[in-house]
Amino acid sequence: MIELDLQNAWSVASKDFETFKSRKGVIYATILFPLGIALGFPGIVAAIWHIYPSSASAGGSFTPFLDAFSFWFVIGAASLPSGIASYSIVGEKIQKSLEPLLATPMADSDILLGKCVASFVPPMASIYAGSVIYMILMDALTRSVLGYLYYPNWSFGVILLVLAPLASILSIELTVILSSHANDIRAVQQFTGVMFFPFIIIYVMTEINVIPLNTINLLIMSGIFLVADLFLFYLSTATFKREEILTKWK
Amino acid sequence: MIETESLTKKFGDLTAVDSLTLHVDEGEVFGFLGPNGAGKTTTIRMLACLISKTSGAAKIGDYEIGNSADQQKIRGIIGLVPDNVGLYEELSAYKNLDFYGRYYKVDESKRKERIEYFLKMLGLWDMRDLAAGTFSKGMKQKLAIARALIHDPQVLFLDEPTVNLDPEASKTVRDFILELKKEKKTVFLNTHNLDEAQRICDRIGILNTKLMAMGTPAELERSARGRKIVVQLESVSEAIISAVKKVGTSDVVVEDNKLIIGVGNPEKENPDVVSAIGAAGGRIQFVTEASSTLEDVYLKLVRSQ
Repeated sequence: MIELDLQNAWSVASKDFETFKSRKGVIYATILFPLGIALGFPGIVAAIWHIYPSSASAGGSFTPFLDAFSFWFVIGAASLPSGIASYSIVGEKIQKSLEPLLATPMADSDILLGKCVASFVPPMASIYAGSVIYMILMDALTRSVLGYLYYPNWSFGVILLVLAPLASILSIELTVILSSHANDIRAVQQFTGVMFFPFIIIYVMTEINVIPLNTINLLIMSGIFLVADLFLFYLSTATFKREEILTKWK
Repeated sequence: MIETESLTKKFGDLTAVDSLTLHVDEGEVFGFLGPNGAGKTTTIRMLACLISKTSGAAKIGDYEIGNSADQQKIRGIIGLVPDNVGLYEELSAYKNLDFYGRYYKVDESKRKERIEYFLKMLGLWDMRDLAAGTFSKGMKQKLAIARALIHDPQVLFLDEPTVNLDPEASKTVRDFILELKKEKKTVFLNTHNLDEAQRICDRIGILNTKLMAMGTPAELERSARGRKIVVQLESVSEAIISAVKKVGTSDVVVEDNKLIIGVGNPEKENPDVVSAIGAAGGRIQFVTEASSTLEDVYLKLVRSQ
């Protein structure tokens, strides 16, 4: 049974938030990726309708595309946290600041939770902010064609509230595990970048309607992510132990 | 304050620390001397509950190393300055200390008070808002010591605290350790620097996987077997060296016009040595005793293994 001291975890996360402020590249990526989705896809739809006005009169036939577009928020949730997590863990490893941190009375699980929170909160906050902009713009664009507000809907709710957080946790856990074998932040980011591809494959399959992004399919995906998260949680907590870090981490 | 009994750490087939038995009293500055790979850092890490012991027993205060219920309590009463200081380079000196104060759950008013106290004491107050990454090595070392003391620990572990520091910064750190001694803090110091150990440590342990010797600097110096005399001559010749060797000692070292002669029993052998030198035409200016230094003791013990 893992006992958690949330005050400890928050202290660790607060320090990482403070450090995060000086990482301009990570800040830009965290803000611009969801913003790009929020502005880009409505922009693409508006441009297509402007160039091919007949496509706008095709009723609700374009709605699968909207579902597919919204999957990009899951892709963002899966890719953005690894940037922060790799700085948070490998960065501390490079700076040799893990040893004094581990010498404090905080439990390994508190430190790990703090680092996970620090990697989870900024990307998810940015994803949620981007999703609000996306919903407003898409609704403004499509309401006159559909005759109703497409967003919010159950599928997007599952994407934002279940699938995206689970994807984010998956990414963080994978980064923790990879961090034990890496001494280079970019190397970890490249490895976790591989995570991007399964999501792109899912995205393409939704675009070609092989996997319709309905609520049921999204819940099934969420179940798979949850199992993967639990498995990686076991591995990452086994990896993030004082003795392992000081004697076995490269 | 610190007690170990046959404390051992093995990494696979490699024994890093072998049956270490020692005690360090409250308020004592204890120095651990030893070559690289002697097990000094491993010992500190075991005592700081960072790594597990393979066998043996150890206690800090009333808490037992290896007892999972005591681990966090031990970490709460110790401070650690590792060999790599590991500061948060992007954060200011003040924030480095502030976050560590939070990690140790020092309440806010006490935290502010102690941060100000240490930064002023170490001459870093005016630079409190500068990023720690911009500091010199000496300043970083001082900040790391302040970080380890922010929660007012009873025991401070210092791993090579003056390595790579210039003489002035080293002196500041040494003076600070002596200040801690006045405050009755127990200091456990790993060092390669024999002079530093001799100056600030109440007792010294010489470790080379096993504990080779332990005692006050004076006790260790006295423990070196054999004594030496220094004979200052007007000039040294081969005839004089041969004459001295004929008396029975082969341990003769020539330095300029000095002969440094190893004698097993000075009271008995010195008159013979002096007579032999005179008979060989040597003109003696001074005869003095050259006592063994800590360096002699250290090298003798480390090389003997």
